[in-house]
Amino acid sequence: MDLQEYFSLVFSDYTLRTITLGTAILGAVTGMLGSFAVLRKQSLLGDAISHAALPGIAIAFLITGAKDSNTLLLGALVSGLLGTFWIRGIITKTHLKSDTALGLILSLFFGFGMLLLTFIQKQPNANQAGLDKYLFGQAATLVESDVWLMAIVTGLCLFVLLLFWKEFKILLFDKDYAKTLGFNTKTIDILITSFIVLAIVLGLQTVGVVLMSAMLLAPAAAARQWTNSLSKMVFLAAVFGAFSGVFGTAISSSQNNLSTGPVIVLVASVFVIFSFIFSPSRGLLFRQIRFIANRRDLEQQKTLAFMYHIAETHDNISHPHTIKILNNFQGFTRKTLQKLVDKEYVVLDGTMWSLTQKGFDKASNLYNQQAKEDE
Amino acid sequence: MKQKIAVKVDDLTVAYNYKPVLWDIDLEIPEGVLMAIVGPNGAGKSTLIKAILGILKPIAGSVSIYEKPYEKQRSLVAYVPQKGSVDWDFPTTALDVVMMGTYGSLGWIKRPGQKEKKAALEALEKVGMLPFKSRQISQLSGGQQQRIFLARALVQDASIYFMDEPFQGVDATTEIAIINILKELRKAGKTVIVVHHDLQTVPEYFDWVTFLNVKKIATGPVKDIFNDDNLTKTYGINYKVSIQE
Repeated sequence: MDLQEYFSLVFSDYTLRTITLGTAILGAVTGMLGSFAVLRKQSLLGDAISHAALPGIAIAFLITGAKDSNTLLLGALVSGLLGTFWIRGIITKTHLKSDTALGLILSLFFGFGMLLLTFIQKQPNANQAGLDKYLFGQAATLVESDVWLMAIVTGLCLFVLLLFWKEFKILLFDKDYAKTLGFNTKTIDILITSFIVLAIVLGLQTVGVVLMSAMLLAPAAAARQWTNSLSKMVFLAAVFGAFSGVFGTAISSSQNNLSTGPVIVLVASVFVIFSFIFSPSRGLLFRQIRFIANRRDLEQQKTLAFMYHIAETHDNISHPHTIKILNNFQGFTRKTLQKLVDKEYVVLDGTMWSLTQKGFDKASNLYNQQAKEDE
Repeated sequence: MKQKIAVKVDDLTVAYNYKPVLWDIDLEIPEGVLMAIVGPNGAGKSTLIKAILGILKPIAGSVSIYEKPYEKQRSLVAYVPQKGSVDWDFPTTALDVVMMGTYGSLGWIKRPGQKEKKAALEALEKVGMLPFKSRQISQLSGGQQQRIFLARALVQDASIYFMDEPFQGVDATTEIAIINILKELRKAGKTVIVVHHDLQTVPEYFDWVTFLNVKKIATGPVKDIFNDDNLTKTYGINYKVSIQE
């Protein structure tokens, strides 16, 4: 199947439609919530939570003996939340910094989860096969009820987000100040974190424990490059996330046996790389172009200012001088001189140059203008 | 002198882990003063403000605002945090930050409307930042960011203002602009409490001062207690400032 075939089948084929819809919704909700994680500088929290969810999946299986995805995700949710509160506890109760706390909980829970997985695999129960799909995810196992669950959680998340938008924003920007205004910052904090945990758990089946944090971070990091408004950033992150889901699914199903989760994450990374380079205000490319343009402008202005100081000493400002005296001036090149001629600030006559009235006025205003712009 | 007490602090003690940062602070701040809190680094100046505002939980002690517990009087109090306490690359504009000053009176869920926007614009005007209202906050200079924080507190239209080093890292022009606003607040009968570092400017800017170094050393009118004796007690070295009359 090639890409074209995929897009013609996506609306009619049940499996394709389910998977595509599922990954799109998942991308949207993780992108949305990821914006908050990124702005709170809690990027690693997602990684810790998703790894912390693994033992929950294993224990849920051990208790029920069945591979019902909702039961397993419930287990993941419980152990993910447990990990999150332990992280918070470590940070507030000990001298350890947050990166240490995250690292500790991540490896502790993941290690325990792996232990349980190998234990389960040794069991004679035939049902156990395939539990390790939660490590890297398997989008093909998505069924309609999974997608419904995702849609409901996303809807709920959107509702809460819109309802408490103002509270979320002030908590993200200035927590202490929010406290003095009388907001219970702990409640808002727990609300955001719970939704992040929920979104991560929902994605485990599709993307897996190991790569889940990328779904949270990549769309948000890309979106931040394009806007300076929080609402637009959250919206863009949701769009990027959804497109990563759709394109990732399209590519993986058109190329045989490519695992969906990693492809989705790679597509999201392409969004990030593109945004880092090509964003007009924050991107590397335009920043470099602006830098070069600014430097060229400054070189011209410096040369003009130098000429001005020479011309100043004469009664006639357009008194001709030899180009040679400019050669000792740092930053002077033939090119800058030509640029100044193009702008009619300077007139050339053989090896002599002279300032025009326009150039003189421009030069005498240079410092004033600079001061004005700085204000 | 029969002045109302705006802020009263009783037996306030704060500790990070085992080390006491503030020890048994008793403090009465009369209404309508412009007060500096001075003391060396680590004296607990910011901590005192944060403990009064409930950002930090004290081990012991209580705070009352106009004779009622602080929790019931939040609407009377505004706070200007240290500029460095937030990430200025946050995706928002100057106007939006100032609007946050209205969130407290709005309460949960309710969104700011036209009335709140008007108040925010007026506050921006007062601090001379109206032309920058749509500017992304990371594009503002340090002094401008400080003014935005000040405007955000002004929007709260409080009776008591707590400011944590509002002059830190601002140029002379901004410093004068800020102190003029503070003096205007005092003229309007407000109480302003400022964590301050520059001892030279204390007599010029403030009429009330508190010396702090874990314990409270002294508090009172600048003209009575701002002297070498108290400075030496607070800073632990022989401190001499020439106080201009």
